[in-house]
Amino acid sequence: MYPNFDQVVAQLDSGRLQSFPGGVYPAGNKDQTSELPIRRVELASILNVPLRQHVGTEATLIVEPGQRVLKGQPLTSSHQPFAVPVHAPTSGEVVGVGHHVTAHPSGLTEQCVSLRPDGYEEWCSLTPLTDYQTLNPAKVVAAICEAGITGMGGAGFPTHIKTSSSKPIEFLVINGVECEPYITADDRLMREYAWQIRQGIDVLQHLVQPKMVLIAIEDNKPQAIEAMQIACQDKANYRVVEVETKYPAGGEKQLIQMLTGREVPRDGLPADIGILMFNVGTCYAVADAIFQGKPLIERVVTLTGGALSQPGNVWAPIGTPVAHLLNLAGYLAEKQSAPQVIMGGPMMGFTLSHADIPVVKITNCLLAPARNELRSSDNERACIRCSACADACPVTLLPQQLFWHAKAREYDKTEEYNLFDCIECGACAFVCPSEIPLVHYYRKAKAEIRLQRDEKIRAEKAKERFEARKARLEREKREREEKHRKAKEARLAASQQAGSDTSDKVAAALARAKAKRAALPDNNPDNSAPPEESVPERKTQVAAAIARAKAKKAAQQASAQETGDTENTAATDNDKQQRVAAAIARAKAKKAAQSQGSPTNNTPQPVSHSDDTTGTDADAERKKRVAAAVARAKAKKESQKLTAGPLAEDSHGTRNPPLGEASSAEDEKKRRIAAAVARAKARKEAQRDEK
Amino acid sequence: MKLTLSSSPHQRTPRDTGQVMRLVIYAMLPGLALQWYFFGWGVIVQAILAVLAAIVTEAAVLTLRGKNIRHAVSDFSAVLTALLLAVSLPPLLPWWMTVIGAVFAIAIVKQVYGGLGYNMFNPAMVAYVMLLISFPAAMTMWMPPQTLAASTVNLGDTLSVIFTGFSNAGYDVTQLRTDWDGVTMATPLDAVKTGLTQGLTYSETLNMPVFSGAFAASLGAGWAWVSLAYAAGGLALLRLRVINWHIPVSMLASVVVVSLLIHLINQDHYASPLFHLFNGSVMLGAFFIATDPVSASTTNKGRLIFGGLIGFWVVIVRTFGGYPDAVAFAVIIMNMAVPLIDYYTRPRTYGHHSHVRSGKGKRP
Amino acid sequence: MTVTIALISIGSLALLFGLILGWASIRYHVDSDPLVDQVDEILPQTQCGQCGYPGCRPYAEAIANGDDINKCPPGGEATIKKLADLMGVEPKPLDAAHGQEDVKKVAFIREDECIGCTKCIQACPVDAILGAAKHMHTVIAEECTGCDLCVEPCPVDCIDMIPVSPTTSTWKWNFTQSPKGDIAIKTVS
Repeated sequence: MYPNFDQVVAQLDSGRLQSFPGGVYPAGNKDQTSELPIRRVELASILNVPLRQHVGTEATLIVEPGQRVLKGQPLTSSHQPFAVPVHAPTSGEVVGVGHHVTAHPSGLTEQCVSLRPDGYEEWCSLTPLTDYQTLNPAKVVAAICEAGITGMGGAGFPTHIKTSSSKPIEFLVINGVECEPYITADDRLMREYAWQIRQGIDVLQHLVQPKMVLIAIEDNKPQAIEAMQIACQDKANYRVVEVETKYPAGGEKQLIQMLTGREVPRDGLPADIGILMFNVGTCYAVADAIFQGKPLIERVVTLTGGALSQPGNVWAPIGTPVAHLLNLAGYLAEKQSAPQVIMGGPMMGFTLSHADIPVVKITNCLLAPARNELRSSDNERACIRCSACADACPVTLLPQQLFWHAKAREYDKTEEYNLFDCIECGACAFVCPSEIPLVHYYRKAKAEIRLQRDEKIRAEKAKERFEARKARLEREKREREEKHRKAKEARLAASQQAGSDTSDKVAAALARAKAKRAALPDNNPDNSAPPEESVPERKTQVAAAIARAKAKKAAQQASAQETGDTENTAATDNDKQQRVAAAIARAKAKKAAQSQGSPTNNTPQPVSHSDDTTGTDADAERKKRVAAAVARAKAKKESQKLTAGPLAEDSHGTRNPPLGEASSAEDEKKRRIAAAVARAKARKEAQRDEK
Repeated sequence: MKLTLSSSPHQRTPRDTGQVMRLVIYAMLPGLALQWYFFGWGVIVQAILAVLAAIVTEAAVLTLRGKNIRHAVSDFSAVLTALLLAVSLPPLLPWWMTVIGAVFAIAIVKQVYGGLGYNMFNPAMVAYVMLLISFPAAMTMWMPPQTLAASTVNLGDTLSVIFTGFSNAGYDVTQLRTDWDGVTMATPLDAVKTGLTQGLTYSETLNMPVFSGAFAASLGAGWAWVSLAYAAGGLALLRLRVINWHIPVSMLASVVVVSLLIHLINQDHYASPLFHLFNGSVMLGAFFIATDPVSASTTNKGRLIFGGLIGFWVVIVRTFGGYPDAVAFAVIIMNMAVPLIDYYTRPRTYGHHSHVRSGKGKRP
Repeated sequence: MTVTIALISIGSLALLFGLILGWASIRYHVDSDPLVDQVDEILPQTQCGQCGYPGCRPYAEAIANGDDINKCPPGGEATIKKLADLMGVEPKPLDAAHGQEDVKKVAFIREDECIGCTKCIQACPVDAILGAAKHMHTVIAEECTGCDLCVEPCPVDCIDMIPVSPTTSTWKWNFTQSPKGDIAIKTVS
């Protein structure tokens, strides 16, 4: 079905590559920066390194604020495959760990480490693996992971995961296409560091063992092609391939289609069709990591656009704020009608919401366009179904249909039209004569669909938990009924026996009566708790507490018996006498407990007072809190009462003077104040209570 | 100072809808000029009438719908619709019929369906058919090409006929259409149709005066030149990538193939492919009417089917139907089939093995 | 005679088609979920009871028996639309009597104020609150459906419903909602 290895090689030999459908030809605009060598720039005064700069999860943070870190020292450590560590881009002090705006179109925050450089550029100890060819490949892969290398072309997929693919690889493709307008970072890198890229390719080639290595470069970069050809001339199975200058030739799927005529299956990966692809920048970083032991802490960033007076390519440490780089490149605010900075190229890049967003591993370009430099407008008009978008689409979707359904929020229809095969290259929106931001609609639809799927899963889970809870409640109810039934039987049995333990019963009953009487005022906090009553209330509270303590003692006695007995009943059914005794004990315990109120159903107040008798520190603490809680609860009820009716009584038992309707606003205010006063008093009282 | 946010891509081609429409209008101009040359001022007067009526209607309806007028009028879609209608009308049609046609096209066929981009049918063609059915006599009163006419109708006469029904000298349209032999001139399509029903053979009908003076035997005088001019304009549109080749090519090919087959069955009774291609509005239809993006199919395969079936219907209705020309009918019939065609001609997406229709929930 | 032939032929035709239909109904029988399950599938499963029924399934049963489809504020417009599709009725706007569609929220217990009364635990329909009597409780945010049911029973008002703030992975490309930068780029003069 797919062209096999020999057919692909024959095709490459003939020099006539296949093309992908669609595609557009935006103006290149690469001359501004392509002839300028990559510069080193001064460090920013603070660097914010996001913990997650790749596809996957954050690694575990291993530094803390105040700590001094050395250049290249890991800030996070990876414990699972999809977590890639980040490293200190320079030596300095960690001044903070927290949320900071990150390189994401939303302008939302993510976990970042803030680092203040000390200017010494002191490296941590580095461990190069120059003899990588003799080492176990797993060790080399681990080193690549430890160096924090992720794809530097755009998506940021962890490199070590790609290299540890178990599938046989025929073609290792090195992507130096760089099809986005304006960007020249890879171009310059290839021109200036071709040999190091070649070394990186060697490492990857060693790990992957492909039949052939293809280095694809767009034909608008003749110098880069030449440089790579020279660097790779001694290797027979390395081939530098010129590809047509057409956007988006640098897309992974499109480049594979151009080079090999194969298509990545819709749910698959390039490895499924025997292909692996790495960006030239990734190769450079791999060489750095293996031959020098340096982690990925800086990258080439193209600073370009009409609003910069000194555009060019720079080595930017990861975490450098965008504003710092723009200033170095001579940002001229007056050249822009509205300030706008694009991270990435004009086709797929995103606008930044903050100028102190840090440079991350996938940042290849910062574009500050001058007024009217880019033709972007929000002048959206009706779709005329001209299908220019369909002609431009590199994956042969029907963008106009997708748009139609996405706009109508018919998400199932968008999926039917393969929305998730869209690579968001922007070719459709680029050609749209009605200036419809098509990609924006697709992104929204995709985000919405993903959220809906998440929600569906959550709903499933909630349903399961709800069902489980229902089942549990049902079971508990049954158990309780069973218990009641048994208790009843036991009582019957007990009544037939002579009242052997009358004295206990009497004591329990007494305690119950007392407790009830004492608890009464507490159970109706609406009517009680005016500050004037605090002294008598306290007395009753103490009385109640004592009564409850007694009841508790009785209950403890009873429940001690009970626990022993329930075990027995569970163990054997034969011992009737024991069961009867147990039932009696249980009945007693229950009565005692009822008088006290069951712990789960009761209001918290009795609990607090029963603790009055104990005097430990912990209890005092809890008592304080409980008392405060009670006061709050009272205050809540009172304020509810107050807001409920204009004539409600306040906590002092006095009435608010009835006011005319004309002054109802003032009335309202007064009532609020009164409620606040009441609350304050309640709190004060509570504080006094605890002393 | 705040940074402005927008969604990628941040760059666009400079071609917008208004420009697309204007390019199509420019491409029509050579054909319009030749039509003026052969059929007189009436063509221009009808065009101006239709355009004015269309713009006023568009603005009025948009105001009623509470939409931005400036936007919609400046996209030139109403102008294009009006022009397509105007060039299909007989040059001396009473003014109010033209106005009704233009108003109907914009208000009913376009705006009632939701405006530009939402209309299911080609507005110009539906309006044309509406007029043809409502005013069959007036709609077939084509003037003979001025090269053949007894008297040329000047601008004053044209205006007078269109607005009052009579020329300055007091002739009405029927009298003006009469040539020096006292025979009413008809269009070539009419002539052949009438001739065939009167028992003449196809080649005999070609001896009628309407065919004299053209560069090929079966082509009506003047008509063929107009068709060629539209074809040239259409080729320019193809070159500028305003339209795709699929619809014109498949439509013309289908006209040739179907008419050739029928012609070969009985050469005496059925017209030749050349006759079909260069008479009536086949060229105009292939490049300007069937390619109207809103009401045409949007997939490439669908466009081939769409164009091919239009060509088929044109020949079938011309040969066996009651009306001499059939482009409008064919286009409307196929407009109805567009959703179905589009649904079944979806292209294969990258990485899919077939025209997978169930893309549900496979990928995160 | 002709009448007999007509009767026989029509009769046999009727028999034949009957058999075909009968066979087809067995052969192409589609097992569909009972309506209640399908409705339940669409409901958001917050179990909040704002519809007036004790949970989503009872409401699903009510809908299947002809109750209005617009009583579910957590599901909002999207759910109403889906229900309308399923039930073959016109979508209606959300019935305001049952509440408004709101942003997704999660319950949060201010833990130093919690007195450990377990009332919220009993109220939670999905067992998403953890704690024991007299001990501080906490919400398992992952499991919380944002149903609001725990707020009312709390005697000390220590439960807040906190709107779930978007993260970079849940952001819906809504530029108007994203925080705008107010930090100026320093201009070089």
